[in-house]
Amino acid sequence: MAIVETVSAPAATGAAGPTRAATRSTWSRLKPTVLALIVPLILLVFWQVATTQQWTRLIPTPYAVGEYMIDFAVGGIYDDAYSATLTTHLLASMSRVYGGFALAALFALPIGILIGRVPTARMVLDPFLQVMRPIPVTAWLPLSMILFGLGAKSAFALVCLGAFYPILLNTIFGVRSVDPKLFEAASMLGCRGNAQFYKVVLPAATPSIFTGLRLGLGLAWFVIVVGEMTGVPQGLGAVIMDGRTLSRTELVICGMIVIGLAGYISDRVVVALGNYLLRWSPNHHG
Amino acid sequence: MAESATPIVEIKGVSKVFQLQDQTIHALSGANLSINKGEFICLIGASGCGKSTLLRIMAGFDQPSSGEALMWGKPIAGPDPSRGMVFQDYALFPWLSVRANIGFGPASRGLGAAEVKQIVDKFIDLVGLSKFANAYPHQLSGGMKQRVAIARVLANDAELVLMDEPFGALDAMTRERLQDELLDIWERTRLTVVFVTHAVEEAILLANRVVVMTPGPGRIESDNLL
Repeated sequence: MAIVETVSAPAATGAAGPTRAATRSTWSRLKPTVLALIVPLILLVFWQVATTQQWTRLIPTPYAVGEYMIDFAVGGIYDDAYSATLTTHLLASMSRVYGGFALAALFALPIGILIGRVPTARMVLDPFLQVMRPIPVTAWLPLSMILFGLGAKSAFALVCLGAFYPILLNTIFGVRSVDPKLFEAASMLGCRGNAQFYKVVLPAATPSIFTGLRLGLGLAWFVIVVGEMTGVPQGLGAVIMDGRTLSRTELVICGMIVIGLAGYISDRVVVALGNYLLRWSPNHHG
Repeated sequence: MAESATPIVEIKGVSKVFQLQDQTIHALSGANLSINKGEFICLIGASGCGKSTLLRIMAGFDQPSSGEALMWGKPIAGPDPSRGMVFQDYALFPWLSVRANIGFGPASRGLGAAEVKQIVDKFIDLVGLSKFANAYPHQLSGGMKQRVAIARVLANDAELVLMDEPFGALDAMTRERLQDELLDIWERTRLTVVFVTHAVEEAILLANRVVVMTPGPGRIESDNLL
């Protein structure tokens, strides 16, 4: 709708035309941002009121958290153990999120293609994976620490596990639901056998696989706190866990906000990439 | 036309039986048909008369339950570029541009990039889609998609073009235009066309031979040279 308005705006004629058109196009550009800020602002006001009215004494005011966030990012206000450490923790978490995600994709893509295309593989692997799937990442925490030890390896394994299933399931779905007509079309055009896998199955499955990767990366951010309960010294999850033990709620909230924003930006980049790579697909615009 | 020569396609006593759960369906029963090079044949009949089944057997997608389907005297064993199919729902590759869809066949046959480009340019021009060469199928109208489907079959050197109600999903005006264009292409290229339709007017307009089929079990009722 916004696009239609910007396109039709310059067509408006009359004396007031150009200025009105300019105002309208400015508004249509700002509209999504303004609308998106409504709910966070209401929440912020509620938070402010709730803390100044002292409905709770355990949650700091938005101002205090904001101040702490600045100290967490650049330091110079409190100068405690967490001042100016945001980048370190963010980078540590990012390495686990993207590393675990890449590892998950490395396993899930071939296994998904195998299950989707080879009936025997499906019969061997699918029941086992379906039973493992409902087990939450949290439940794997103790076993993971026994198997991979305290520290980063465990964190990688848990993040990888969290990202694995959405990639797997969407890959299976993608390679299984190729329109049979496309195989007929390919074979009457002279593309047969294994060549059909590369020229028909894989491209036809890319939208689905992409959705799986996007969900997988989202889940990798989602499980990062659990992943970093494994005794790693750095990372946003570790910061939140420290904040909990030290009863420093402002630290917890800062960690939460950073995870939310980092996950959001990471998803926007993936969506932009998908819109470009899948521009041929009519129903793939996030 | 060419009475003495070998027919391009011969259907000899072809029957096709499908098993649907516990039901046996006789889609085609003892069909005989001989198609000469350069003919434009319309297969016409109500739904369930086996006209699409017969077309799919000619394409090599299905095998006859009994009888023989021959092309140039040799059994049709499977799909082959010499027999191109145009589907009602286009079956274009949505991830390929118009250009790449038309070039799919030539590229699959292992032709070099320069040769493929030359072929694509020729056929994209033949169906009047040069302006849309880089568009993706979802950006095209139904009529344009069907033009791409026709072009990709022609670009692949098909001798026999099999068309399964290709204009069935199009609006009346687009259909008329495509019918004219198809006749024009047929006259210029002297291809052999087998065209399945349920519309009598379409059959009479396009074909020089109309084969009428009847259902239950599917068989050939009459064969009329126009």
